[in-house]
Amino acid sequence: MTEAINRRTDQYYQSAEEKVLMVHHLYKSFGNNNVLVDFDLELTKGESVVVLGKSGSGKSVLIKCIIGLLKPDKGSIEMFGKNIPDLNADELDKVRAKVGFLFQSNALYDSMTVRQNLEFPLRRHWIEVSQAEVNTMLMQALEDVGLAHTIDMMPAELSGGMRKRIALARTLILKPEIILYDEPTTGLDPITGKEIIELMVEIRQKYNTTSLIISHDMNCVKMASNRVVILVDGCCYANGTFDELKQNTDPKVKQFFE
Amino acid sequence: MTIAPGLKLFFYEAGDISRFTARFFKQWFKPRYEVAEFLRQCFVIGYKSFPLVGLTAFIMGLVLTMQLRPSMVDYGVESQLPAIVGIAIIREIGTVITALIFAGKIGSSIGAELGSMKVTEQIDAMEVSGTNPFKYLVVTRVLAATLMLPVLVILGDAISLYGSYLGVNIKSTTSFNLFWTQVFDNLSFTDVLPAFIKSYFFGFAVGIIGCYKGYNSSKGTEGVGRSANSAVVVSSVMIFVIDLLAVQVTDALGLN
Repeated sequence: MTEAINRRTDQYYQSAEEKVLMVHHLYKSFGNNNVLVDFDLELTKGESVVVLGKSGSGKSVLIKCIIGLLKPDKGSIEMFGKNIPDLNADELDKVRAKVGFLFQSNALYDSMTVRQNLEFPLRRHWIEVSQAEVNTMLMQALEDVGLAHTIDMMPAELSGGMRKRIALARTLILKPEIILYDEPTTGLDPITGKEIIELMVEIRQKYNTTSLIISHDMNCVKMASNRVVILVDGCCYANGTFDELKQNTDPKVKQFFE
Repeated sequence: MTIAPGLKLFFYEAGDISRFTARFFKQWFKPRYEVAEFLRQCFVIGYKSFPLVGLTAFIMGLVLTMQLRPSMVDYGVESQLPAIVGIAIIREIGTVITALIFAGKIGSSIGAELGSMKVTEQIDAMEVSGTNPFKYLVVTRVLAATLMLPVLVILGDAISLYGSYLGVNIKSTTSFNLFWTQVFDNLSFTDVLPAFIKSYFFGFAVGIIGCYKGYNSSKGTEGVGRSANSAVVVSSVMIFVIDLLAVQVTDALGLN
């Protein structure tokens, strides 16, 4: 089964190299609660797609299935030619080394300094680099988010916006090809939120990364998206650019733009 | 026949803890071995608990001696005070009190630390960063707690006996050599060994329950507080249950 899917994916890659993430017929439920029902999504290289949906609509479940933190009930999630649900722990780690994940709560390790937080993914993914190279990578990531001076500070000493930037620097340290953002502006004031969105756009342009953003912040959707997918009742209800969907008269789509 | 909801919950939790323990043994032998984190946990769990264990052990030895003294005088066996206190501390009190202090300090800190890591997605972040969080967080802490508690018990017993020596000398005069000779002359291998062995089980219980409570924490910051609290309560009860089982085993083996 795995081999068949991987073979099929390799063939697809050869014909359409730009596809970096393909989610097909994804189902996920918790007890009787069907969160994702036949969900489909495709991302091409360099694209920035926002998945828009109401709170509790299954956006975070989707992104956690994609990164392998949750196992879907059915369906395929293909990234870099591999079907994520079929991978073992070691194979999954190899794929994850190419994917950045920005958590909604930032998930910075409280007991570690900013330096140790940023070094953690480098050390854990067995990436062989000298200490001098590590320092260069650290400074590069911190300069990208404009917080080089915080390197020896503890996360508790940072403001909400600074923590979000450090969390973003941690995802950047491995130079990921895809970055998954889980509600990147939640809990931030509108000005800081806007700064974070601008930073996300800047990073995508600088490193040509592909972005999948989970959000219900319309400002984020407008500024950061090339394409918007609306998640309603567990499936992909509408798909298009921000302006196209804004003109849509369907009540379920319209409610997001009112 | 219906089962009371509380009892049902108890059996569910007992089953969950058993599964969690089985997962620990399954993961323990598998590489990658988290040696650096294990040594760090030994330092945090063992070395940093020593001042508290030492202080409580010292007070316990001193108070126990002072409390026993009047009765010993009444029976005319005051000279046996070091022997009685020595046996009481080594066989039972030293081990159990140290384990309870350990449960209060380490059980709650593990429960709260892992609980807050869980609710702030730090455990998920670890998994995404190429780390098996169960091995990194749980296996290292449980092993450190299992290996460090016996060391703390030995040190605590020694400090407790020193407190007893000072207690004996408050109202009479006993030389340092005589005190220790009296303590060790009345101790046998069967007094020391069961107490030492059961301290490993106490350490394991504190570690595994603290980790289980923290790792399965939910419902935000309220859940973290609940995890820390129940880690202490459950591991303290487990210490007494293990103690009860240990005394039955040693009795059956003729070691009492």
